[in-house]
Formats: sequence, C-alpha cells, structure tokens
Amino acid sequence: MLPTLNGRLQTRIFMLVVFGGVITLLITPLLPGLDLSGDSYRTTYAILLTVLVLGVLWELLYHFIQQFRWEKDWPTMFGLLTGINEGALVWLLLALEVVPGVDGVPSFWAFFIMFGVIWLVIWVWTNGPMRVPFIRWRFFGGRIV
Amino acid sequence: MIEPSAASVVPTTDPSTYLPAQPIGDLTDELLATDFWTDDMVARAGIPIVDIPFVTVGGGIGSFVTVDYLRIAGVPTSHMRVLSALDHPWQTYEYLTRVSQIPRGERLRSDSASRPDNIWGFPSYAVSEALRDKTLKPLWNVFSEPILADYWTPRAGQAFEAMEREARRIGYHEMLVKGLVRVVRRRYGGGYFTILTPPQGASATKRVAFRSQYVHVAVGYPGLKFLPELQRYRTEHNDYRHIVNAYEAHEHVYERLLQYPSTVLVRGGGIVASRVLQRLMDDRLKHGAQTTIVHLFRTYIHGANDGYGNETDPRPGGGKPPVFFRRKGGNGWAYQGFNYPKSVWGGQLKKQVRGLEGEQRAEIYKRMGGTNTPWRKLWQKQMDQGRREGWYHVLVGTVDDMQPSGERILNQVRTHQGVVPVEVDFVIDCTGLEADITEHRLLKDLLEHGGAGRNPVGRLDVDRNFELKGTRSGAGALYASGATTLGGYFPRRRHLPRAPGRRPGDLRRPQQARVLQADRPGAVDGAVVEVAARERAVTDPLLPLASLVHRPPHRRGDH
Repeated sequence: MLPTLNGRLQTRIFMLVVFGGVITLLITPLLPGLDLSGDSYRTTYAILLTVLVLGVLWELLYHFIQQFRWEKDWPTMFGLLTGINEGALVWLLLALEVVPGVDGVPSFWAFFIMFGVIWLVIWVWTNGPMRVPFIRWRFFGGRIV
Repeated sequence: MIEPSAASVVPTTDPSTYLPAQPIGDLTDELLATDFWTDDMVARAGIPIVDIPFVTVGGGIGSFVTVDYLRIAGVPTSHMRVLSALDHPWQTYEYLTRVSQIPRGERLRSDSASRPDNIWGFPSYAVSEALRDKTLKPLWNVFSEPILADYWTPRAGQAFEAMEREARRIGYHEMLVKGLVRVVRRRYGGGYFTILTPPQGASATKRVAFRSQYVHVAVGYPGLKFLPELQRYRTEHNDYRHIVNAYEAHEHVYERLLQYPSTVLVRGGGIVASRVLQRLMDDRLKHGAQTTIVHLFRTYIHGANDGYGNETDPRPGGGKPPVFFRRKGGNGWAYQGFNYPKSVWGGQLKKQVRGLEGEQRAEIYKRMGGTNTPWRKLWQKQMDQGRREGWYHVLVGTVDDMQPSGERILNQVRTHQGVVPVEVDFVIDCTGLEADITEHRLLKDLLEHGGAGRNPVGRLDVDRNFELKGTRSGAGALYASGATTLGGYFPRRRHLPRAPGRRPGDLRRPQQARVLQADRPGAVDGAVVEVAARERAVTDPLLPLASLVHRPPHRRGDH
C-alpha cells in the first residue's frame, strides 16, 4: 500500500462500511452467544462502529509512523498485523464495558471471530481485488473520491 | 491518400535498411523551415498523407501502454498507429536488460505497481508466479517484504511474456507501422503531421505523412553517454574491447575472464553496477574465474543519505536531511528498493510532486534522486566474501588519465589520498550517463519548431495530463511521456490523454498507469542503434572491423 492520509481514512471507512457492514449482517447469528435478535445486531454493529471510530485515530498514528519510512509506503504485513493492536484495544474497551450501545461483556470468541473475519477479508481485498473495480484507487493514495 | 497498412513493412530494425532509396516525396527546405504546415505544402512535396486520429511515436513500452489503455477505453485499432523501428514493444528494454545482466530468467527492479500488460496490476506478478509454479514462496515474500525479505520482483521473462499476450489481445501488431519518425510538425488548421521514413522498398516515396489530431511521443532516452575519459580512450586508441559500457553487448569480457585471471575496473554505484558485480562474482564463485574486481565509486555512501549524498555532505540550506527524508546506505551504496521511493507510484510523494513547480519540483527530484541500488541478501553476501578474501576492492574518486600499458589499461585515479595508479584488463562503465534531449533529432525538432520547452530538470515540459506544453494545435494535442519528460509532475508515471473517438460507456476520465521500469531505462532507440552497430563490429566476423568501428553512428531520424 502507498497511502496518503486522506486515502487511508477513505479506504478505512469504505472497507469497514461495505465489507464490515455486510459481513456483520451475515455473521452475527452464527456467533457464539448471539442470534438473529435486534439486541445481537445492536451489539455487533456497535462493535463495528467502535472499530471504525478508533480506526480513524489509529490511521493518524500509522501515517505518522509512515513518515519515518524513506519509501513512504505501508508494507503489506503491517496492514495485517495492525489488526492485533486494534483488536486488543477494542476488546479491552468491551471488557471494561465502556463501549456505548453494548450491554455487558460479549463473548470473547464472538468478538474474535467477527473481528478476525472482517479484518482478514478487508486485508485480502485491499491488497488485490480492490484494484479491479476502482482502477484509480491505487494511484490516488487510496482515495476513493 | 494511402492506407496505413500500405506503409507496413517487413519487420527489421537494421538501420541500414532505412537509408533513403529514392528522392521522391522527401522533405523540402520549405517544409523544414516552417513551423506550421498546410496540407498543400505536404502535397507539393509529393509526400503521401495517411489520415489517422492518433499516432504514437516510439513503439516501446510507453507507446504500448498508451495504446493498450486506449484500446481498453474502446478505441478501435483502425484509429491508431504505432510508428516505430521496433518489432515488439519490449525489444529495446529486453536488449538493455539482457546486456546489463538481466536475461529473461533474472529479476527486474519493479513490482506489480507497474504492470504494462495489466491496467489493474491484479493479479500481481507474484500471484501469477505462485499459481504457475505452484509455490507459496512469492506470496510469502510480498507479505513479508521489505521487513523480513528483499522486495519481490518478477523475472524479466514473465514481464515480456505478459506483454506479448496483451499485445496479441489488443491487436497491437495491426497498429504497428515500421519506420523512423523524422519530425512532428503542427498542421495549419489543427492537428499534426508526423513524418515517417519507412524502410527501403516499403513505400513508393521516401517519406509518408501521418495527419492526426493527436500525437503521443514516447521515444525513451535520447541516448546513453560514456564517461568522457572512457570515450576519449576508446576513440584515441581504437579500443572497443577492453573498455565497455554495461549497456552494450560485452559478453566477450566475461568469456575472457573465465579463461585468464584478470582485473576488472567497475565504475558506478547503481543497479547496473550491482548486476555486473553479481555476474563477475557468480563467475568467480561458481565457474572458477580468478577475477579481481576494483570498484570505483565517485561518491561513497557510508550511512544515512539522500540525493545530495551522505547526511554530512553539504546541501542547499545546510543541515542534515530531516529524519523523515533519509535513505539507508553503506559500503559505498545508497539503498532503495526501486528506482524511486515507492510512494511516487501512487502515494505521498506522487501527491506532493504533483503540486510543485519550478525550482521546488527540481529540488525534490534531486533530494529523492541520486544513484542507488536495492539491498539484496545475495549481493551483500558476495561482496562480504570478496572483501574478506581480498578480490573485491573499493576505491573512491575520479579518473584523471588512462593510458594503454601493453594489453592492459593504466588508470590514474584521483582519490582523497592522492593519485593512485590502477592497472586493469577491462573497464566496465556502469554509470549510465544520459544524453541531452537535443541529442534526439525528433525531440530537438520539437524544441525548435514544435513549440515545446524544457521542464525544471531540462527534459520536455509536460502538463499534468502529459500534454507537451506549448504544442497545442487547434483541436489537436501532442502528448509525451517516459524518460524524455522526467522532471514532470509525476515521477516515473504515465497518464493518458483523452481517448480520441471515445464511445459512450467508455471510461470517463483519463487513465493512469506506470510504465514498467526495470533495473534499466526503457527505450533508448538512438543509443541502441549505436550500440547495436558496435556490437556487430565486435561479433560479426563477416564484417570488416575497421570500417564498422569508424562508421558514423546512426541515430533515430537520421535518414
């Protein structure tokens, strides 16, 4: 990835809304301790929103770190591994019960599976097929508009 | 009026076949002296006119990518012509990579950010190789690079084969018209005349004029130069065997080294020097050559650096390179994966340069430039071994004088410690000096008669859409891309003009892509012709050596 700050933010929001939104819709009833109820969906979408909001902040940090790189690139591996710190932070907030819209502490495995699947799908998509429907995206530093 | 196909000919790039056969339909003094041509002037000169909406001049990878994108955008082959002396778009590139020690099986210095055969850059070369060879290795490499592994790059052969497939798909050869382009002039009333000299016997007249609304010029480097002292030595002593440029065929050097223990002076600190050193060291380590290598750097990089040199070297405004703009270096080399920092392909640096003008743009080019080469495990290992075992020596300085010493060459190398005599058997020039754009006849004509100007770094001045500034002609537009436009708003990138004859449903905005860059520059038509002539002089036993060595170089557009 060769992102600009604007490109990072746009890609982050686009991916989490599109892929995160669809995957959450499909996966929620299959997660341990959750079902097809409105409460379950409220929990998972609140988690997704938390990932998105915190992610915007994370991107600012990543952009700063990227400035130390001569190439001004963001290695493919970083895109996958940053899932660890981001996931850990969200789980910490969930465990502390400070995430708005989530009552109680959800099942760890429910969170782990949901977060992991979304992160992996987005990472794969960003590093490959995204170039096909959005042919200018890679030249625009990850900007979509 | 003649059909474009009538100007197509037997494929050959031998410059001697372009010698004028008959004086009919030639450029007249009136035409050569006039900036804007009328249809009548061209007709009076007896030059047949071919009407076509779009021509691209060059026929290398730059032309290929341009017509590829236009074909994808829906432009039919009947609307475009590629005017070129090359049979295949990758021909010059393959020649240069091969002689500079990247044959088809070796890896280039570009990744899938620059797939000339694939507008998406997806699936990547790494994925293709993984599928073809049924291995996960390339995938692990692109995942872990550049932290745990060297940057992954495709083999040259893979890139050429992919281009060949895409060329077939888009009907590239239907658009190819063989010949040398002599001039492009603006047409009174709009558009351009592009004057082509077809090979002998291919047309009834000496020249053919292509009348088009759009012209794209992608002729590559105007030429490669030798270091002045090397050129002087070669000419004065008529010695083209012991002093070679890495971009000319010099296999005879390696063959000789395998037979006799010898000393070789390698000059330069870029990717080509790395490749040549690898070849010399491979031959030593795997095939028993007893070669001693003297490697002469002009600038020795010993740590953090940028295009101005080591961080302690003087630079405008003084001080050191900021912590955000420092490149790694050591043992003489500046290390960088690709020929520019990666983000010029579409990230931060691309965005930054796009917004800069004049001096500021020239400054950032300078700062991110400078000779550099990738850090590769194998090369580091070989150099370490060479240093340890005493057959790889590094010198820093310049050469004051060169004299023959029996069969050898005595170099007087000026170093910080004084002048040191260095006697060697061969000198391989890997410095890759480039000639000025006026060395290319077509570019010179565009500057003198076409309204074109120079950019902050002295090359052709193009706008953000790659239109050559100052050359607009009515509703027509003239575009240029590639090495001749280096210093523009997009380092090493390409951008396409509006598609002539665009149909509903075509892509709405100009497309962008990058030309594949290997370890070596793209089309160097003029230089290659020269080098090819010299190559024959050395290798073809049927040709009288002396007559060829003294033969004046043929440049693109000379005839």
